[in-house]
Amino acid sequence: MRDYVLRVNELDVHYYTDAGVVKASNQVTFDLKPGERLGLVGESGSGKSTLALAILRMIKPPGRIPHGQVMLEDTDLLTLSEEQIRNVRSRDISMVPQGAMNSLNPVMRIKDQILDTMVDHNLGLSTRAMEKMAADALRAVELDPRVGNMFPHELSGGMKQRACIAISIVMGPKVIIADEPTSALDVVTQRQVMQTIGRVQKDMGSAVVLIGHDMGLMAQFVDRIAVMYAGSLVELGTIAEVFGEPFHPYTQMLISSLPVLGRRGVFEGIPGITPLLRDLPPGCSFHDRCPKVFGPCTQRVPELLKPRADHHVACHLYEDGVPTTNGIVQDKDVVAT
Amino acid sequence: MSRFHLILRYLKRNTPLAIGLGILVFFILFTSIGSLFVETEAGYPLGAPASVAPTMNYCPRIDPECETTEPEAYIFGTDGQGRDMLAVAVQGTWLTMRIGLLAGVIGVLTGTILGFASAFYGGTFDVLIRWMVDVLLTVPGLLVLVVIASSLGDQTISITGMGLIIALLAWMGPTRTIRSQVLSMRERPYVMMARLNGMSGPGIIMRELIPNLLPYLGAGLVASVTGAVFASMGLAALGLGPLREPSLGVTIYWVINQNAFLRGLWWWGAVPIITVALIFVMLFLISVGLDELANPRVRRSE
Amino acid sequence: MSELLAIKNVTKRFRGGTVALDNVSFSIDDEVPSIIAVAGESGSGKSTLGLMTLGFLTPSEGEVLYRGKDLSKMSRTELFNFRKEAQAVFQDPFAAYNPFYNVDHIMNVPIRNFRLAKSNAEAKRMIDDALTAVGLRPEETLGRFPHQLSGGQRQRMVVARALLLKPKLLIADEPVSMVDASLRATILGSLHTLNRDFDITILYITHDLTTAYHVSDYILILYRGAVMEAGFVETVISEPKHPYTQLLIDSIPWPDLEQQWGQQEIIDMEEDTSEASMIGCKFAGRCPHVMEKCKVSPPPLYQVNDDRVASCYLYDENTVLPGEDLGKIFKSRKIRTPTNGAAPEIVVSR
Repeated sequence: MRDYVLRVNELDVHYYTDAGVVKASNQVTFDLKPGERLGLVGESGSGKSTLALAILRMIKPPGRIPHGQVMLEDTDLLTLSEEQIRNVRSRDISMVPQGAMNSLNPVMRIKDQILDTMVDHNLGLSTRAMEKMAADALRAVELDPRVGNMFPHELSGGMKQRACIAISIVMGPKVIIADEPTSALDVVTQRQVMQTIGRVQKDMGSAVVLIGHDMGLMAQFVDRIAVMYAGSLVELGTIAEVFGEPFHPYTQMLISSLPVLGRRGVFEGIPGITPLLRDLPPGCSFHDRCPKVFGPCTQRVPELLKPRADHHVACHLYEDGVPTTNGIVQDKDVVAT
Repeated sequence: MSRFHLILRYLKRNTPLAIGLGILVFFILFTSIGSLFVETEAGYPLGAPASVAPTMNYCPRIDPECETTEPEAYIFGTDGQGRDMLAVAVQGTWLTMRIGLLAGVIGVLTGTILGFASAFYGGTFDVLIRWMVDVLLTVPGLLVLVVIASSLGDQTISITGMGLIIALLAWMGPTRTIRSQVLSMRERPYVMMARLNGMSGPGIIMRELIPNLLPYLGAGLVASVTGAVFASMGLAALGLGPLREPSLGVTIYWVINQNAFLRGLWWWGAVPIITVALIFVMLFLISVGLDELANPRVRRSE
Repeated sequence: MSELLAIKNVTKRFRGGTVALDNVSFSIDDEVPSIIAVAGESGSGKSTLGLMTLGFLTPSEGEVLYRGKDLSKMSRTELFNFRKEAQAVFQDPFAAYNPFYNVDHIMNVPIRNFRLAKSNAEAKRMIDDALTAVGLRPEETLGRFPHQLSGGQRQRMVVARALLLKPKLLIADEPVSMVDASLRATILGSLHTLNRDFDITILYITHDLTTAYHVSDYILILYRGAVMEAGFVETVISEPKHPYTQLLIDSIPWPDLEQQWGQQEIIDMEEDTSEASMIGCKFAGRCPHVMEKCKVSPPPLYQVNDDRVASCYLYDENTVLPGEDLGKIFKSRKIRTPTNGAAPEIVVSR
């Protein structure tokens, strides 16, 4: 039996530009379990937004998907016709795009924008039934259904963002992909919006993919976390595993660079710069910044290993399982500032 | 990669600019090489036999010696008043572009100075400039030009005079564009950086802003030249210009005045009209191309 | 006492009636140069405060004094000298560069204008030293165009530029909010170095309390143009007193599984520009502890601890600290021993 709602399998996304092939996603593989919250974290240019677009098959030329599968339950989305994929979007997999609140139509009432999505899918429902669904969606994101009669400019940033979430959940999707849903919001509003998404998701039983760069937000929200670096998935595991004992040197350094209570005035950055996606180094793309680089790192691209149940890592250090002494893993020889 | 290669690669992507510049190069070659081969007088009345259709070997019927001497070539024909149309095309293009360039450069220069002063210093001066631009832009320019040109009388007007008259109404557009560009640039962090560097107002304008405005200035110049060529054509076609000069506008005036098409002298009309059309297409393509260069939102990523 | 910067009863109104700052006062002295965070959400007036401190905006009421001189009344020479001593790092590390020039421009211009170097060789050495101090390799950065550097490199170069001038005061307006997480620590570390090793007072303006906690010594919390709470950063963050600060800190997404978000109910903020909210406490409309008097007049700063004040009537049993004395709070702790201005060896931090 399958135990996933969405499975991304060895997915490649390449952009063919004048300057060369930009490999925005390389052999990315992960499962999303029903009702699960998965965080997809990475720096700008790590390919995380590209991955979201690829799942919905919204990659535009010069981008192409030369290899891979995106299974929604038993269907491979990459083999569907244009018509079929249009029906899947919003109904089965919905997306809260980055800066969604600025993409609301300024001259349309919120309610009509929610109805629009449904009308596009020919659900065969009466207007009355659809209006009821719209009101339910607004209530689900803790907005008064009267908000439906308002125009976007009458709402605050947080309310607009929640209205966008209402649009994306109105048809009860199995998967919600939220790409930096709170990037332009203040912390208080951010918490409110994230807690709303959490409640809605729990009530509907949908799975959520939260895309972002903020490890803090991930720690607060997700069950499992996937770390991307330069277009590749480098680590995947439960939040407790990854925060508790990060495997990949990149994740280790990323986590120790973050400000937490009780570690004031400690600055441990990651030296070096992220490689360009169109000019990746051979072998592991992190090897030139990695303090634990050794033989095979410059030779072979590491595969996604599974040294522990529910904790995957793409790093040559773990080819024979987790090093027993933990000496290598715990050794924090990061240069302090 | 060398700068030259980079430019070539850019032009490959910016087709309008490439084609526009191609036509410009063609015109430059045409007028410069052409002026080596045609005689100046041939472009003026009675410089050639009248009403000859385009031909490679013209032999006047009354000339008994034609058999022995080289026959003349009038590849564009000649008009009803005895102008060689090839000479008209060569000289007319140059004269017309001269009016356009003169008026355009004056317009853009004035516009740049006023636009900068207006945006950078603001206050009453800004209000005054903005008010003048807004009012003058609503005035139908050609009408004012007609009044000015006709009150001067067609004998006293020269090609330069014509350019100056057109320049009078060519500065408002550039003023407005430059002003709005400077207003948005003034708020950029790098201008704040320049102030933190202890730079003064004029220093910031010259060193930080002008270089970034170059594509806009280029586009503004092209637009002004277009406007000026257009105005000069309009004035000349109405008979308000230096009627002796073989400029393209004046030629069109004579085409209308002398009923060239009714008399079957189609080449008389075709030569100036095709040349003018080509000039406008060239200006349009260059301006579209510069727009893409200047506007990062239109510009595609490398 | 050497007062470096004093903000005195500053109010800033923009055209259209928006009040960005409402009667804000504080001062910073440079006996022991510290890092002071000005934190707040969008619309709190924090960036306005930064721009006014640099003299890019003039207050509608009140005055901004640098070493006792009103910025808006400075002569040309005084302003030029002020520019040399008060520098800034802005949010967008790309926009700080003029796209027409290569990145050397932002280093060369100040050297030329402020006559920092006697020869080209000396200028080159100064630039190299400054770049090295913020962890950049000169040969990897100089001569490039801004788009050829990464965001982190660009921002570190702006920090290096500030270091070149050895200013007394640095306004850092959201310097890491557009930089990737993995590089933030490095840039914050550079700012820390600037403060600790080069005795530069830093006003760190941010919406992000985690980085404010990380890098600063003191914190000033603004909400809709008014000071809510101020004090030693550990005190304020670990034990906030003002209901607004409590809400804010309760909402920080700490990257720590032990520090989970609170479930405190959030009262939606309507665009509340009613008379009442303008007269009384700015937070009254969203405050769970709101009282009648909160809507009548704004609370003064109550000195809750030795190293913290809160502008809230819940603490009215404490003594009132006049706004102009807020500077005292910013030296209430012994942060470190003064270095007596001796320039240390430049530390390479890569």
